[in-house]
Amino acid sequence: MEPMTDEWEDRLEERVLAPTRASGRLWAIWVASLALIIIWGFVAYVYQWREGLYVTDMRDRISWGIYIAAFIFFTGISMAGTVISAILRVSNASWRTPIVRIAEAITAVGLVCGGLFIIVDMGHPERLYHFWINGNWQSPLMWDMMAITTYLTASVMYLYVPMIPDLAMFRDRLGDKVSWLQSWLYRTMAIGWNNNESQRKSLHRTVGILMVVIIPVAAVVHTVVSWIFAMTTRASWDSTIFGLFFVAGAIFSGVATLIIVLAVLRRVYHLEEYITLTHFKYLAYIMASMALVMIYSNVTEYLVPGYKMSEHEEFAFRQLFVEEFAKLYWFYVLGGLILPILIVSYKKTRTVGAFVVAAVFVNIGMFIERYLIVVAGMRIPLLSYEPSNYSPTWVEWSVVASGIAGFMMLLTLFAKFFPILAVWEMKEERAEETPSEPVVDPVDEPEPELEVAR
Amino acid sequence: MRRISSLQVARLAVILLVLAAFIRALVVGPVAVPVVIALLGAMVYLPMRLRRSFAEASDAASPGAVGISRRDAMKRLGLGGAAAVVPLAGLPAIASGSPPTQGEAPAVGPSGRIRQWGMLIDLRKCDGCQSQGTPPQCTLACIEGHLAPEPMEWIEVFEAEMSGGGTQFLPTPCQQCQNPPCVNVCPVTATFSSPEGVVLIDQDRCIGCRMCMAACPYDRRFFNWGEPAVPPEALLADYSFDHQVGAPKGTVLKCDFCPDMARAGSLPMCVQACPNDAIYYGDLEEDIATNGSAVVTFSDFMADNNSYRLKEELGTQPRVHYIPGHGEDVGRDRHTEGRLPTKWPWLERVKGAVTWSR
Repeated sequence: MEPMTDEWEDRLEERVLAPTRASGRLWAIWVASLALIIIWGFVAYVYQWREGLYVTDMRDRISWGIYIAAFIFFTGISMAGTVISAILRVSNASWRTPIVRIAEAITAVGLVCGGLFIIVDMGHPERLYHFWINGNWQSPLMWDMMAITTYLTASVMYLYVPMIPDLAMFRDRLGDKVSWLQSWLYRTMAIGWNNNESQRKSLHRTVGILMVVIIPVAAVVHTVVSWIFAMTTRASWDSTIFGLFFVAGAIFSGVATLIIVLAVLRRVYHLEEYITLTHFKYLAYIMASMALVMIYSNVTEYLVPGYKMSEHEEFAFRQLFVEEFAKLYWFYVLGGLILPILIVSYKKTRTVGAFVVAAVFVNIGMFIERYLIVVAGMRIPLLSYEPSNYSPTWVEWSVVASGIAGFMMLLTLFAKFFPILAVWEMKEERAEETPSEPVVDPVDEPEPELEVAR
Repeated sequence: MRRISSLQVARLAVILLVLAAFIRALVVGPVAVPVVIALLGAMVYLPMRLRRSFAEASDAASPGAVGISRRDAMKRLGLGGAAAVVPLAGLPAIASGSPPTQGEAPAVGPSGRIRQWGMLIDLRKCDGCQSQGTPPQCTLACIEGHLAPEPMEWIEVFEAEMSGGGTQFLPTPCQQCQNPPCVNVCPVTATFSSPEGVVLIDQDRCIGCRMCMAACPYDRRFFNWGEPAVPPEALLADYSFDHQVGAPKGTVLKCDFCPDMARAGSLPMCVQACPNDAIYYGDLEEDIATNGSAVVTFSDFMADNNSYRLKEELGTQPRVHYIPGHGEDVGRDRHTEGRLPTKWPWLERVKGAVTWSR
């Protein structure tokens, strides 16, 4: 392919390079406030480390709380990259091209944040090395550790490898205009990419392998996370649908997070030309259909044991539907499941703003859902004792807030220093489709040949 | 001949060092060490390889250069892609499964087989110590014997409704399951079944993830949420898996079934303390049990009195059996409800100690 330089490409490169230039006061305030929240959460964690988990409201009978909920939530949203990027890449849906990079970044960042919550929840995190020397194959937590670290390396590679050509573009265009450290970073990470035929074929091949491998890995991760609960004998956890349910929930909240992050980055970095309403629509369609899957899973999860209504199940339903957790539960159902479907159903509400509102509700709803799985599940008494209660303390809220801030911070820094659009893929696609005209709506175009299949 | 640069020498030295460490660990150390070394090596090597194949690929593309073929570069990169999907954690569980060990050998019965400790609680004789006017004596004795911090009742006396009205008392120690859910889920083998059939915990290995607490269907595991309130003598007690004292912060504790006392010929604290002789303890292998005043044939006594186990349907196979009842043998009226709350006898606490509720 001849190296093409035209106005469209210049504009694209300029857009992607723009974030690396001066960022303005608002950006600095944003980063500073995130940093403050992170530091505050860190202080809270140090306090917890010194005092013991006593400073949380977790106790023997509800021995997991909001940390574990946050762990599931963050590993859940890390599904975004896999769904959008790998699944759509495999199925050759070309509209995904401008949004894959951001989705992949969410995956890697979400996993890092999620993994940290397991550590935060532990009584003796300094003994983690026993996983290596005394690991127990039988334990679902060991499966989790294996699955998540596998997923982490895979998703970091899957973020990095398709980014190489764009890093090379950064290296060439920014080389001496940025600090030596940044310039060194691009030079090192571009590992000698000079965009020749042979390198491109190698790259396509590597990406092809990675994307095929990462899909089953992601499915395994979210299934295994559910098995931490499903492998116990507790009523409401002891369920065969949990694996599927968690995978669906992960796609659901992953896509919702992607919608929010895309909307923010599009606004901040003026990517309207590349990330269009069409993208949001398609993502919202995925989100709404996952909401239907969630409703289906919920009905199955509750109706099957509920029909028999054993003693523990009755307690579980009572606290969920009418008593302690009713407000949270119905917020999740109405705000997290019904609302996104309604918003997507009406033509009038198919706007970016409305989709973002729906996505925010979905994320809050899904966090609540994770929280209810953990806390409501543990609250069911195992023997004749009064059920205990749990409400997170300031330490727990601080650490969770710091985790969320950390997620935003990592994404902010990623957007600042790395190419947020898959420039080379967009160029290639455009060259293949209609070299002379700008792409208006890639979806209406005939499907291009699958890049990676060659 | 090509000149060898100092960088190459350094690289060779590093490779040799890693190789030496690898071989040494393979021969003497635990299996995990060479695995970790190999994986770290792979993580350093792969990006280098990737980088080199790019460099070579660009050489090959330029006219006249004699480099590796494109197919070769592709293969390497593809391999790199697949190999990138390795667990960061390595393959830890290769070295898995060995429970902690310590000096004391398991007790052996007259038949030459290892003793299998079991317990039988006769609920007909348990009135929750209503007749004594005290909190349940078994719980108190256990707390004093193990210096268990507040609010841990390793043997807890629950009061359960009966189907025909009234209540029964249910002293509940760790059920010592033979198919223990807690042992199955422990990621670091910190809790394990001993040869005597007792589920124990290694306080020095427990990472405090509380997976076992989620898995236990009997609510019989306790976490040390903070610096526990225990008397100063707890610091002097000798800790072993068989005798859980000293309660370190951030780990899980539970009833240890007192196998050390049984081996030495005395009964567990709860058995000794029961004023109504309701608790029997013995060896299922020799088929003998005692409550301190009578000796019974374990299996016959269980069969004759229609003993049962808690949540039998879960398949956990507990070693604690119950004879149904509500204290009728010691004259309790089933409608007299309530047991006195347990109090922890020591007032002085270690500095910075805290208490919490369950």
